[in-house]
Amino acid sequence: MEQKPIQGEKKVFMTGNETVAWAALAAKADIMYGYPITPQNEIMHYWTRLAPKHNRKFLQTEDEISAGFTTVGGVLSGKRAFTATSGPGNVLMQDSLSMAEMMRIPIVMVVTQRGGPSTATVIYSQQETTLTCFGGNGEGIRVVYSTASHQELFDYTIKAFNTAWKYRFPTFVLGDGYQSQMREPLKIYDPDEKGIEFVPAVAQLGVEGEAGVDRDPIHLRNTYNMEDELYEVVRGLVDDFKAVAPEIEEYREQDVDDCEILVVAHGIVSRAVEGAVQQLRREGIKAGSFRPITLRPFPEKHLRRNAEKARKMLIVESAEGQLRRLAADAIYGCQTPMEGLFRPGESITVEEVVQAVKGLL
Amino acid sequence: MSIQPQMPRLWRRETKPHKFCPGCGHPLILKALAEAIDELGIADRTIFGCDIGCSLLSWDFFNLDTVQTHHGRTTPVMVGIKRARPELICIAYMGDGGGYAIGSQHLVNSAVRNENIMAVLANNTVYAMTGGQMAPTTMPDQKTETSPYGRNVKEAGNPTQGPEMVAAIASQDAYVARGTISKLGQLKNFFKKGLKNQMEGKGFSFIEALSACPTNWRTNAEETWNFIEKDMTKYYTVGEIKAPVQDKEG
Ligand SMILES: Cc1ncc(C[n+]2csc(CCOP(=O)(O)OP(=O)(O)O)c2C)c(N)n1
Ligand code: SF4
Ligand SMILES: [Mg+2]
Repeated sequence: MEQKPIQGEKKVFMTGNETVAWAALAAKADIMYGYPITPQNEIMHYWTRLAPKHNRKFLQTEDEISAGFTTVGGVLSGKRAFTATSGPGNVLMQDSLSMAEMMRIPIVMVVTQRGGPSTATVIYSQQETTLTCFGGNGEGIRVVYSTASHQELFDYTIKAFNTAWKYRFPTFVLGDGYQSQMREPLKIYDPDEKGIEFVPAVAQLGVEGEAGVDRDPIHLRNTYNMEDELYEVVRGLVDDFKAVAPEIEEYREQDVDDCEILVVAHGIVSRAVEGAVQQLRREGIKAGSFRPITLRPFPEKHLRRNAEKARKMLIVESAEGQLRRLAADAIYGCQTPMEGLFRPGESITVEEVVQAVKGLL
Repeated sequence: MSIQPQMPRLWRRETKPHKFCPGCGHPLILKALAEAIDELGIADRTIFGCDIGCSLLSWDFFNLDTVQTHHGRTTPVMVGIKRARPELICIAYMGDGGGYAIGSQHLVNSAVRNENIMAVLANNTVYAMTGGQMAPTTMPDQKTETSPYGRNVKEAGNPTQGPEMVAAIASQDAYVARGTISKLGQLKNFFKKGLKNQMEGKGFSFIEALSACPTNWRTNAEETWNFIEKDMTKYYTVGEIKAPVQDKEG
């Protein structure tokens, strides 16, 4: 029998990209399709080294358009296929992602955000928040996990495959260049031993039996003649998404019970925010934090519950209000004033958050 | 003596009459393709992908598992399927706009990588579905909606000779041919050879079929056939363009 990629549980110290490659292996991913872009490259580098040892496959495509559509093909054929990209590559993949959204094709995609617009930097940012949540011509019927640590990169990459195949929505792990490139200690493990059950991948094409003889052929389309025909399909998608949203939503809160200033951040920025809240509490300042882990579906009720109790809110992000728009939409009607600490494409420190909160007192 | 059935078994009667215009070349190409698949007995493992363009009207045409993709993206979808499930026979069906313009990078790179799929391209010299604009294959001086005074090759370049281009870059094991709807028997044989290439794992096959779009050409039956048989063949040579060495000798 083939050896499991990870036996038991291991303490490791590795980069985020290496972590993702191990997680995809552990999640029984069959094939990766990808195109080089910094800071995503090492996901492919580790995957191409590890995959053949475990009978997994890789295809380097001619561009991200192709990487997205080959991933769609791999998933349609019933394999656990995934891709990873960043920035301009994320832009090019949106066409295939809207197809996946429409046709319930459970593709998994890891996004390692870089600074934009355009080519910009290859380092870090949270400027792909809107794109990842709502890119493509569609309604944003996607699951987006925004991770903050290497442990989460490992856990949520595994989870993404299960979420995708269970609900059949395209599922994203939204990281960034810092998470990709820095090293951090974490535990990697064999998901089977943790009791994580894998939702089986099911073929949407090329199933048992001869079409037209043993069974009807499968005809998959995403083209419609009538407005009403399309509306019905999209309505169904939206309703299905809304129905399972409460099950999928995840968030993390800290010191919210009596907090006066509620600081909201996602992804790696939330680490600075949580550090700042600890420091502020030591100084006797009643700050608390809320971090949406799923940006789609957004944990609306939970943010509202906290926002309504607070005196002021501060949104902190490495983008110019992309999280703010999600938050404002989620708590529409709530009277709590909302301020922003926006640093598009720049990192944010604990001290800066502390200062910004003090400025609101 | 057995009687040759009129329609290929793959021809899905439940979805006929088909959705193409009367006199369209697409259904003829598809009929020849269906016969080739029937004769090779590979229907149980064949996946058909169609592009956006009038080719999309074939999404429910066959008794075959089928997926309709985006404009120009059928080749990568089929490549993705084939890479994940090599036991399947994958066919990507597209128009000249899909294959030579918006999706040309996929055609070029699939040929270079010798992807083990068959790409079939209907050359009707126009963007048909969108109302008859100039395509990469529009003939010199041919009038279209976006070349109302005729294609000016000084501005728009020469018509794309797809199979010749693919043959120049493809692996020696690739199979490349150009057929026409005016010689359906020959076209079927090209399809069979392309599919056999895939079955034997030799790699990429690419077959362009000269096709008709009387709707956008605004031609009657006689003018349609004249355009295909006389005008198009002046520029587009019909025949095998690259056949694996063994086949040529054998
Ligand atoms: C990304 C994108 N761009 C443009 C279109 C509009 N469009 C639909 S079909 C088509 C042209 C089809 O021409 P061709 O590929 O030659 O196929 P034909 O209809 O001639 O068979 C275009 C441009 C589209 N659907 N998607
Ligand atoms: S518009 Fe032209 S290519 Fe399209 S179905 Fe009609 S005849 Fe065929
Ligand atoms: Mg055309």
